[in-house]
Amino acid sequence: MTIERPWQRWLIRAGVFFAMALLCVPGLWVVLTAFRPNIEILARPPVWLPQNPTFDNFRGIFGLLPDQQQGLPVARYFLNSLVISLTSTFVAIVIGMMGGYAFARYRFKAKGALFVSFMLSRTVPGIALSLPLFIVWSRLGILDTSFGLILVYLAINIPFTIWLTDGFFRQIPVDLAEAAQIDGCTRWQAFWKVEFPLARSGLASAAIFAFLTSWNEYALASQLTRTTVSKTMPVGLMDFTAQFTVDWAGMSAMAVLIIIPALLLTFLVQKHLIAGLTFGGVK
Amino acid sequence: MAQVKLRKISKRYGNLETVHGIDLDIAHNEFVVLVGPSGCGKSTTLRMIAGLEEISGGEIVIGDRVVNALPPRERNISMVFQNYALYPHMTVRENLGFGLKIAGEAPSEIERRVAEASAILGLDPFLDRLPAQLSGGQRQRVAMGRAIVRNPDVFLFDEPLSNLDAKLRGQMRVEIKKLHQRVKTTVVYVTHDQIEAMTLADRIVIMRDGRIEQVGTPQEVFEAPDNLFVAGFIGSPPMNQIDATYRASDGAAVLQDGLAIPLHRSGLVDGQPIVVGFRPDALAPKGHALFADNRRLSFDRTVTLAEPLGTETILFLPLSGKEIQARMLNPRVVAPGETLAFELDLGSVHVFDKASGKRIGGRSWQGLHASN
Ligand SMILES: Nc1ncnc2c1ncn2[C@@H]1O[C@H](COP(=O)(O)OP(=O)(O)O)[C@@H](O)[C@H]1O
Ligand SMILES: [Mg+2]
Repeated sequence: MTIERPWQRWLIRAGVFFAMALLCVPGLWVVLTAFRPNIEILARPPVWLPQNPTFDNFRGIFGLLPDQQQGLPVARYFLNSLVISLTSTFVAIVIGMMGGYAFARYRFKAKGALFVSFMLSRTVPGIALSLPLFIVWSRLGILDTSFGLILVYLAINIPFTIWLTDGFFRQIPVDLAEAAQIDGCTRWQAFWKVEFPLARSGLASAAIFAFLTSWNEYALASQLTRTTVSKTMPVGLMDFTAQFTVDWAGMSAMAVLIIIPALLLTFLVQKHLIAGLTFGGVK
Repeated sequence: MAQVKLRKISKRYGNLETVHGIDLDIAHNEFVVLVGPSGCGKSTTLRMIAGLEEISGGEIVIGDRVVNALPPRERNISMVFQNYALYPHMTVRENLGFGLKIAGEAPSEIERRVAEASAILGLDPFLDRLPAQLSGGQRQRVAMGRAIVRNPDVFLFDEPLSNLDAKLRGQMRVEIKKLHQRVKTTVVYVTHDQIEAMTLADRIVIMRDGRIEQVGTPQEVFEAPDNLFVAGFIGSPPMNQIDATYRASDGAAVLQDGLAIPLHRSGLVDGQPIVVGFRPDALAPKGHALFADNRRLSFDRTVTLAEPLGTETILFLPLSGKEIQARMLNPRVVAPGETLAFELDLGSVHVFDKASGKRIGGRSWQGLHASN
């Protein structure tokens, strides 16, 4: 590796800064907007930093402002999102982990074809399936239920989890489980005591991906949910658009509420996430 | 008592058979080494004994139980893997104690036995480290420690030294030998290194292409190789092997360049294509070896290369269209191109049938080696 000169380093930094700014400014704008009064939002030229920061937008969406008759069922949306995302993540990890392990460790018929077909299923844009899904779900009577949405997210997340965990398990030498069996473990114990702890980082990152996919998904959720029974946060965002107006303040406040749990979760497991994404430390 | 018996053991992967019906009896506390070139089925055989590989045919007996259907944990064996297979997320102490913990031993008992093994292998300073924080030799020791704490009936080793550098390999070889003297147990040890095999084994099993070529003590396989493969595999530098034809009129092997080597063998027919073999030790410049007068053959040859090794020098010389090697003890300086008078010890000449590669004449020549 050649050593970078100071001017090169600054060039790289400037480049990174520019790229990050491009990525972050829209998000930052949404966050800032969530804390502004409506006048500032509509001001022209735009006001960058909120001059009168306020929590009114948040109070507003929960219906806590004095002059407001009714808020939105945000708490309910939040709960729906949480239940649907956590359940689909948990189940996807359990099933995906078993699948990934099987692909990494066992030989069986049509293994390669099966693996590729899982991947190919990811190439279909979910929205293309929304109409067929809508019809089937309505026939099954699971339209506008959490269960219906969980099922859809499982279908999206399981192949991806299998693909990720297969890679993680592959990097754990087979010898370790064999050594454990010789040390007296059953196949099952060998998995839980040796292979599982070593794959934990990988599983954590797979879980994050699965959670974020479900948490942020909009296209399918907007078709398959109708009422507060199952509407999720991203779908709820649309409540802020009326026929002729958009309540930008409320929408931004809600967007912040969507971002926070995702951000929190990512921070909580970021150590694992990095270890998981830069796997290969097992040796 | 833990003898190990292999009865017509075979291994098939689909239609491909890689181990072809091996028979082997290993006695209680015996140190047996399976040796052979890479891919000859040593690991597969060992893994079948361990229970890590399904047995396609035949029977394996450990102690007095047929173990074919038993999982590894019920065979009371332990194994040291080529890459050590230490649990990366456990400290050395936990690695050593893992098997005992699984077996449900009391913590005090685990501690006592881990301490014991650690003392034997000199691991005390490393007990709280993770495997990643150890050198290759230390990891190797932990792997052995993990194997001995459980007091198994049989130790299995799969090329345990092949990831170490040459010097460490030599040290660990000695340690393994000492360990076996101390912890008397039946050992099956796999290696492709014939020196390891010779130095460690009570008995050597030489394998090729999923078959056993010869079983014997290190001395037996060295001094009386059953066939050309064993003759070429065991011993370093390898045995010189030269094509010849048997001439009944004077009982000699005639080489392609006309040199006649008198043989003391029966069971040969005139004109039979044979291979004569002799180790570099059996060939030396005049005055550098004491071969008996009545059974030595002298000829002059020009040395093409001299490889000084300190106490000895390996000389390369042409014979019958091949380059062969001679070992000169108490060496003097030899320049390439120098012509020397060589002496061949006829008592150490091996004869093999060219067609089958099998040794001819059994060990009849051993009578000449009375000093052994
Ligand atoms: N899973 C497998 N499928 C097919 N062939 C295999 C498999 N494992 C090993 N073999 C073959 O079996 C033979 C013996 O392998 P192995 O016992 O590992 O050899 P060694 O340990 O003596 O080097 C080799 O030719 C190898 O290619
Ligand atoms: Mg091997």
